[in-house]
Amino acid sequence: MSQAATAVQTDTNAEHHEELSFLYKYILPTDHKIIAMQYIFTGMIMAVIGGYFAYAFRMQLAFPGELVPLYGLVGPGEYNMLVTNHGTIMIFWVAMPVLIAGFGNYIIPLMIGCDDMVFPRLNRLSYQIFLASTLVLILSFFVKGGGFGGAWTAYPPLSSVAEYSLTDWGASLWVLAVALEFVSFLLGGINFVTTTMNARAPGMKMMDIPIAVWFIVLAVILFMASVGPLIAGAVMLFMDQRIGTSFFLPSGGGDPLLWQHLFWFFGHPEVYVVLLPTLGIVADIITVFSRKKLFGYKTVLYTAFATGGLSFVVWAHHQFIAGIDPRMANVFVVTTVLISIPLAEMMFSYIATLYGGSIELKTPMLWALSFIAAFLIGGVTGIYLGASALDVYFHDSYFVLAHFHYTFFPITIIGMFAAITFWFPKMFGRMMNDTLGKIHFWGTFIPFNCIFLPLFFLGLAGQHRRIYNYNHFPDLATQELQNIRIFATVSLIVMLCFQLVFIYNFFVSMFKGKKAPDNPWNANTLEWSTPSPPPHGNFKTLPTVYRGAYEYSVPGREMDYWPQNEPPEES
Amino acid sequence: MKAQYITGEKHSETKWTHYPHFAVIAMDVVIIAVNILVWVNIKQTLPPRDNLVRVIGQQWSWSFIHAGPDGELDTADDVATVNDLHLKIGDTYHFELQSRDVLHNFAVPAFRLRQDAVPGRTISGWFKPTKIGTYDLQCAEMCGYGHGIMGAAVTVHSEESYNTTMAQIQNGTYESHYQKRMGTKTPLPSYTSQVDDEDSFAVLLASIF
Repeated sequence: MSQAATAVQTDTNAEHHEELSFLYKYILPTDHKIIAMQYIFTGMIMAVIGGYFAYAFRMQLAFPGELVPLYGLVGPGEYNMLVTNHGTIMIFWVAMPVLIAGFGNYIIPLMIGCDDMVFPRLNRLSYQIFLASTLVLILSFFVKGGGFGGAWTAYPPLSSVAEYSLTDWGASLWVLAVALEFVSFLLGGINFVTTTMNARAPGMKMMDIPIAVWFIVLAVILFMASVGPLIAGAVMLFMDQRIGTSFFLPSGGGDPLLWQHLFWFFGHPEVYVVLLPTLGIVADIITVFSRKKLFGYKTVLYTAFATGGLSFVVWAHHQFIAGIDPRMANVFVVTTVLISIPLAEMMFSYIATLYGGSIELKTPMLWALSFIAAFLIGGVTGIYLGASALDVYFHDSYFVLAHFHYTFFPITIIGMFAAITFWFPKMFGRMMNDTLGKIHFWGTFIPFNCIFLPLFFLGLAGQHRRIYNYNHFPDLATQELQNIRIFATVSLIVMLCFQLVFIYNFFVSMFKGKKAPDNPWNANTLEWSTPSPPPHGNFKTLPTVYRGAYEYSVPGREMDYWPQNEPPEES
Repeated sequence: MKAQYITGEKHSETKWTHYPHFAVIAMDVVIIAVNILVWVNIKQTLPPRDNLVRVIGQQWSWSFIHAGPDGELDTADDVATVNDLHLKIGDTYHFELQSRDVLHNFAVPAFRLRQDAVPGRTISGWFKPTKIGTYDLQCAEMCGYGHGIMGAAVTVHSEESYNTTMAQIQNGTYESHYQKRMGTKTPLPSYTSQVDDEDSFAVLLASIF
């Protein structure tokens, strides 16, 4: 690393980036910033579709059998299709593209001080494959039989035999879309790791890399290491569906549990794949808005390594009652509960970062703090589910559903809003309206808790998931439980209405907002040292790095921040 | 006000996170130990049985084969029912769980019982009903179109009521508890949601394949 510190600063190459035609600038770009926008906008459009699906099936749960305004009747087949694709879209087509591919693309080159990704054309190909996968998924909703309805985990034999699922092509297109999407992120992931390891600005040592970049890189490493078995599984599932093999069919000598192992071997690291980028973004935001150095940079980083490593050996906690050997569960209980150790340490470090800070409650900070609060509820309820004996009761109940929405909602939605409100000035060169941002924050965070806290109680009452009408189960068809369902649905509608405030604020600020200075938040990291929005090629002069990313409120300095690229004062 | 400069690397500072962290580790140990004790008891070992029942899931109903007076399955005195499970209070039951097509889940929330049924396998487990009443059995693993209606009634009888019911089933005068239970509730919506073949866009796309 010392060579990097003493390397001669390379000459700027900004003048080599001539003006591009509209086609190459916006449709077939190689600029990482435009590709990032493509990912973020595609992800946000998919979030609208996923939210619409949630609205449709929550309305059916609250008012079973009645016409849903703007949708129509939700029958059992449609209900299955809606919940399946809501889950699929929100994880694979919102969390992954927006947080990893989108913000990863946007902030990695800017934060490590290079002009673009090292493989710009691979980056473009990655988005194009992702777009193809999106179109295949949307196509699957309209084929004969309708979209796939076998839950986002797609357990065979239901997913592999058309006579069982009644969605012949819906299921196949779903598998195809998911597999294409993984190919896209594999290409993107290689790019992220290579760029961060090889293209850092001179002087930026491994321990000077901002946590946001570190965590995105860790996330893609986890993704690349875990996705292989699932792609193999997806190919096997596709062959079971289309050419009559029987990898997962017991009547042909296969085993349905094999899929579950392949799926969850990927599926559990996947949770941390989407979690880590948000944790990184939140770490950066809380340091900026409390003007504090990150508490224990190395501790935070090593706890993330430990979490990532452990996440590979916990997958069977999704299968405690799936028919695996019960003795196996004990091993996975231990590994699952162990994950609480690094993550608790990390969360304590985040909270310690706030101590003694000069906290400024701007919109991004509100999102970051609410992430910590909501994610703690999600994390603590996860320990209940990691204990196999409790899982016997909670498995596939609304308790599980509320638990993972308390993890995935903060990760995906709160993380996305935190990142957008924080980097918006850099992305579009204009400030977002802070008052509207705060209205949107409270209008999202309070209804979010009103939706999902009551669902814990429904889960404790024994209500299980993926049922389109609870009137078929007399123990669950009571008026008290129905009132809770109606309350959750009404809260959802309130939350969706408040998203209009965000959409208005986003587009009006993009064109009419106050002009943003280069460094509106007085932050240290390199992306704030270049103009807003950054030109093609990012930096006028490629920066040199002199210190870590979190030198806020250093004693003896007049300013409470110390940009990474500012040369040390002569003494 | 200017913020403090704390690196979080000195020993006097790391204890802020380490002490609560030790508390977390201590709680983890307790959780793991208690959990394994309970798990070994409920899933890993089978107590001696008083009675036996075979539970078969298929799209979208439950079949039960009660072992009858001799306590063995596959004998002449077995009693088979659909969507109605009859249990005698206080007996320790073993179940043999099977599936005919896709994954199902034998879940009786009132018993705190849940176990996947896997086609091609027979999975054993046990439960002991201790309170008279009728409870929901719910399929708790996504099993396709009719997953949302795949329920059954689990009735825990006193000894004499159990014997009467079993006799009724055998002489054909039995009235299904499941149907009685469902009849008092809102009727099922008659609308079914198979894709409408007149839907021109769906037909157009389907014709591509």
